[in-house]
Amino acid sequence: MNTVLSWIKQYVPDLNCTDQEYNDRMTLSGTKVEKHTRLDKNLEKIVVGRILKIDKHPDADKLIVCRVQVVGEEKDLAVDKKDIIGLDETDGTVQIVTGATNVHEGDVIPVVLAGGHVAAGFDHKPNGEHVLQKPEEGFAIKAGKLRGLDSNGMLCSVEEMGASREQYPDAPEDGIYIIRPDKETGAFPAIGSDAVAYMGLRDTVFEYEITSNRVDCYSVLGIAREVAATFDLPFHAPDTSAFANGGAGDPAQQGEGKVEDYVSVEVKDEDLCSRYCARVCTDIHIEESPKWMRERLAAAGIRPINNLVDIINYVMLEYGQPMHAFDLDTVAGHKIIVRRAADGDKFVTLDGQEREMDGDVLMICDAEKEIGIAGIMGGENSMITDNVKTVLFEAATFHGANIRKSAKRIGLRTDASGLFEKGLDPANAEAAIDRACALMQELRCGKVVPGTIDVKVPLKEPVRIPFDAQEINTFLGTDYREEEMLSIFKKLELQFDEAKKEVIVPSFRQDLKAMCDLAEEVARFTGYDNIPTTLPKSSATIGGITKRMQVENVARDIARGYGFSEAMTYSFESPKTLDKLLIPEGAKEREVIRIANPLGEDFSVMRTTPLNGMLTSLSTNYNRRNKDARLFELAAVYLPKQLPLTELPEEKKCWTLGMYGEGDFFAMKGVVESFLNKCGVKGEINWQNDGDIPFCHPGRQARILMRTGKDSSTAIGLVGEVHPLILKNYEIGERAYVAVIDIDAIVPLVHFEPHYTGIARFPAMLRDIALLVPKSMTAGEIGKIIKKQGGRFLENFRLFDVYEGAQIEEGFKSLAYNLTFRNKERTLEEAEVNEAMDKVIDALEDKDVKLRGQ
Amino acid sequence: MMQQELERIRQEALERLKEAQVPEAVEKVRVEVLGKRGTLTDILKGMKDVAAEERPKVGQMVNDARTAIEEAIKVAQAKMEEKILTERLAREQIDVTLPGKTLPLGHLHPNTVALKELEDIFIGMGYEVMEGPEIEKDYYNFEALNIPADHPAKDEQDTFYINGDILLRTQTSSTQIHAMEAGRMPIRMIAPGRVYRSDAVDATHSPTFHQVEGLVVDEGITFADLKGTLEEFSKALFGEETRVRFRPHHFPFTEPSAEMDVSCFKCGGKGCGFCKGEGWIEILGCGMVHPHVLEMSGIDPKKYTGFAFGVGLERIALLKYGIDDMRLLYENDTRFLEQF
Repeated sequence: MNTVLSWIKQYVPDLNCTDQEYNDRMTLSGTKVEKHTRLDKNLEKIVVGRILKIDKHPDADKLIVCRVQVVGEEKDLAVDKKDIIGLDETDGTVQIVTGATNVHEGDVIPVVLAGGHVAAGFDHKPNGEHVLQKPEEGFAIKAGKLRGLDSNGMLCSVEEMGASREQYPDAPEDGIYIIRPDKETGAFPAIGSDAVAYMGLRDTVFEYEITSNRVDCYSVLGIAREVAATFDLPFHAPDTSAFANGGAGDPAQQGEGKVEDYVSVEVKDEDLCSRYCARVCTDIHIEESPKWMRERLAAAGIRPINNLVDIINYVMLEYGQPMHAFDLDTVAGHKIIVRRAADGDKFVTLDGQEREMDGDVLMICDAEKEIGIAGIMGGENSMITDNVKTVLFEAATFHGANIRKSAKRIGLRTDASGLFEKGLDPANAEAAIDRACALMQELRCGKVVPGTIDVKVPLKEPVRIPFDAQEINTFLGTDYREEEMLSIFKKLELQFDEAKKEVIVPSFRQDLKAMCDLAEEVARFTGYDNIPTTLPKSSATIGGITKRMQVENVARDIARGYGFSEAMTYSFESPKTLDKLLIPEGAKEREVIRIANPLGEDFSVMRTTPLNGMLTSLSTNYNRRNKDARLFELAAVYLPKQLPLTELPEEKKCWTLGMYGEGDFFAMKGVVESFLNKCGVKGEINWQNDGDIPFCHPGRQARILMRTGKDSSTAIGLVGEVHPLILKNYEIGERAYVAVIDIDAIVPLVHFEPHYTGIARFPAMLRDIALLVPKSMTAGEIGKIIKKQGGRFLENFRLFDVYEGAQIEEGFKSLAYNLTFRNKERTLEEAEVNEAMDKVIDALEDKDVKLRGQ
Repeated sequence: MMQQELERIRQEALERLKEAQVPEAVEKVRVEVLGKRGTLTDILKGMKDVAAEERPKVGQMVNDARTAIEEAIKVAQAKMEEKILTERLAREQIDVTLPGKTLPLGHLHPNTVALKELEDIFIGMGYEVMEGPEIEKDYYNFEALNIPADHPAKDEQDTFYINGDILLRTQTSSTQIHAMEAGRMPIRMIAPGRVYRSDAVDATHSPTFHQVEGLVVDEGITFADLKGTLEEFSKALFGEETRVRFRPHHFPFTEPSAEMDVSCFKCGGKGCGFCKGEGWIEILGCGMVHPHVLEMSGIDPKKYTGFAFGVGLERIALLKYGIDDMRLLYENDTRFLEQF
């Protein structure tokens, strides 16, 4: 929403403040100003001038020499005569050399005097192109010589004055702006007067961010009402009383008969159209609208067209009520019918496009055909032309959500639909159509036919809100008096029913429904800043994080300790990533949740494995030649319980680690072991290679299984070297390793509370054994045998050397263990340890394991 | 005669110890004088030839000599050790300006760094940290937050849908509803998490980002409490000198609603390029929980009131750490991550 400040001042005439003050106070009372721009920024010493004489430049074909009168009557002068450089006092002219081609002797034009400033300038390229330059500080205009002749200023185009031809459609393309005489008086602005003011540029455009609840503020009047309340000044709405209830204003400018003689209206689908007001104007005279109207429209970003179109647009800005005008002579049967379209109806809109409707789109029809899409755009078949004689005005209230859906469905969003979809106040339709009629007379655009056709479902009773000042104070934590609150309500045009202690809400404030809404009005206009700051006095609570978050924090600490940095990747990805990861058809990971309206195929499915994010990040680092990347991520994968989704999926939190560069499988495994250890996870953990992890090297992968019973275990994660084919898919040129831990599976296994077990007081006995183990046998299996046979005094054992090579028999590897025996109650006997060792060795030999050196 | 011999041994030993330069020399004296076959030991062996009445006297003399030599050995050894140590220390001088040996530690994501700061502040004020689902029912994301089916706010948020009823949450506010439905009073919680909106990726937009939601519900909670709490929070996060400003705003699930700005932490509020000359930086949205929202979640709005707020985590991270492009947060370049 953009408006010039002068327009607001029309309704709040006593407003007197700086732009910055206005900006701040409106923002703090809830009408946030996004930005404000002075239209006369960088415009200095620009006056109205008249070209008295044009001569060819003696030394340049493309230049002309103008004598420009810039001084007229003393009282009109915007620039003091003594400040005009190069002024010929005898005739009040300066000499200006220009390359302009559209000026003639006698033309009245804006002139920037030497020493002045313009907002923009054209850079004339050698190829003939003119490129507009608009630097922050504008351009200074200096006195100088052009091909030997003095030039003391410049004739201005609208672009140089910071404006555009959109705003001044009468300006020539690429030429000086020629000022025309006033339509009514035939007079030109005074020579030497301020051309910036004449062009309506002594003003500031304010751009507001209007919140969706304040439909009324999508209008100049709505904002002006807020301004009046904010600055505590009187508010004057336009006076349309002569047009109320079908009144037709000035009798000399009334159309013949009554509106019913011209048209009838039938609303078939009341659910989508709660009000339809129609009025008729005759004897239409199309011309340019007056300067003030054009300037206001232009500043709001709307291109002036002609008086009739401009009136409709002006009322839309002023009242926030879109209207439509039909050429009544094209309305068959002079009848308007409002009804839903039939599925598949084709309709050509004003812009010449054919569009397809469905049964939910509301149409405006005449006796024979559809002539407009309600609230969105009129039809080509009833379009206003310059030959229009009689106009039918429509101001209606359509169902907001329906308009929004329809606009989306047919792919056409207009200024009008943008307003309707917010859900407009039916009372405003009548006010707006009366205002339009008033402007028709004011601009002498046509005669107003008495009467308004008003088809409506009964208007809602005004909302009444019980008012209790104490309740509001308790809610806000304030101590305002009842009268203070009531005076705020009064400024906002809320009435107060003293007897019932109820606030009566005007229809344009659809956002006010309950006590909390009144509290906000009180807070806004007493100032949020004036509300005290306190801390909740309520009972103390103990803050903290969940156990899962504690586990995640351990994961973060461990990862960081091992040099892994935290990554974050998207939760949605391309379905192709599953192929990239060689996930087989039918695998659980293939059951993905699809987003119905994704940003694109690459972001269309919720991930079921965190691997793609990790490998993509490693790849990014690898391709940027970062050495030794180590990353981790804590994020969810999304596992549907069934597809299509009928209930919420499982969001499984994964701790994913990835690295390339220094380190190997066991480095990665070590990180996981440290984590499990730090979490106090007790019990038997098996590292099992079933070769079933498709994205890992078949010989270098393990599922991590936690034994939960005799024959049962639960998977808590995996670790492995990334499969070479997948490294290739991700363009990673060296070995990479990953681990994925299921945080949710870890949480129930965690023991953060430390438990002291006493330090042994009796000495331990150590035994080392070196074993020749068949290659197919794992250290895990050996470990199990040692543990099982080592007896009750085996405190622990440790693998300290693994060797395969020259001195080792083919098909075998050497594993060396260190076993510690201890009895907590007494010193162990040598014989007891020997006995245990014999049992271990016997059991190993049964599995074809040999003692080395035997 | 024996006395003279004794005196000679004593003198000689002391002399040698005095001149000893290396530990071996001291040890040699000890062995040659006090050892099993040492000269002093030999004298003791000759005691049997001494007249009985003389023996105590001679014995005393031998002992005196022994004590004196032992003392001298100790002194010599101490001197020797000191000398060795001094030499060693001199020899072992290092160049302390050589680089230290470090284990390369990993780094937290800037979002996490910011989140930890926020969490610490609110946990300190007695808030629980909660989580809610990212794939959420329409009801929790919209309807229970006063955004019914046809509400324009639903369009504003550019929602990703899975189907008509299930969507990717657009705001962590959904977790408020779960907390209120659980119904344990009083509620003081924050809920960090991922949210989704269908914005194309650029320097300031991402279809995935993080919010932290806050909710307090209890008897007698006021708008003043909201202001006080968020002012404390802002001072803790941005520094004690930080000022806050509340501007009226609109959210369907709070009333009154506000946006909170903090005084620019680069210029202190004078206005600079960072705050675009405003002196203020928008940080979060907040408001009093709408009574209808309380009611829908089974809380009696006559008895309880509450406030809620929502902070964009990326926004805080970008502002606090001066990150100029949101895309950096999801690229995971280690050269970026290592700065946090």
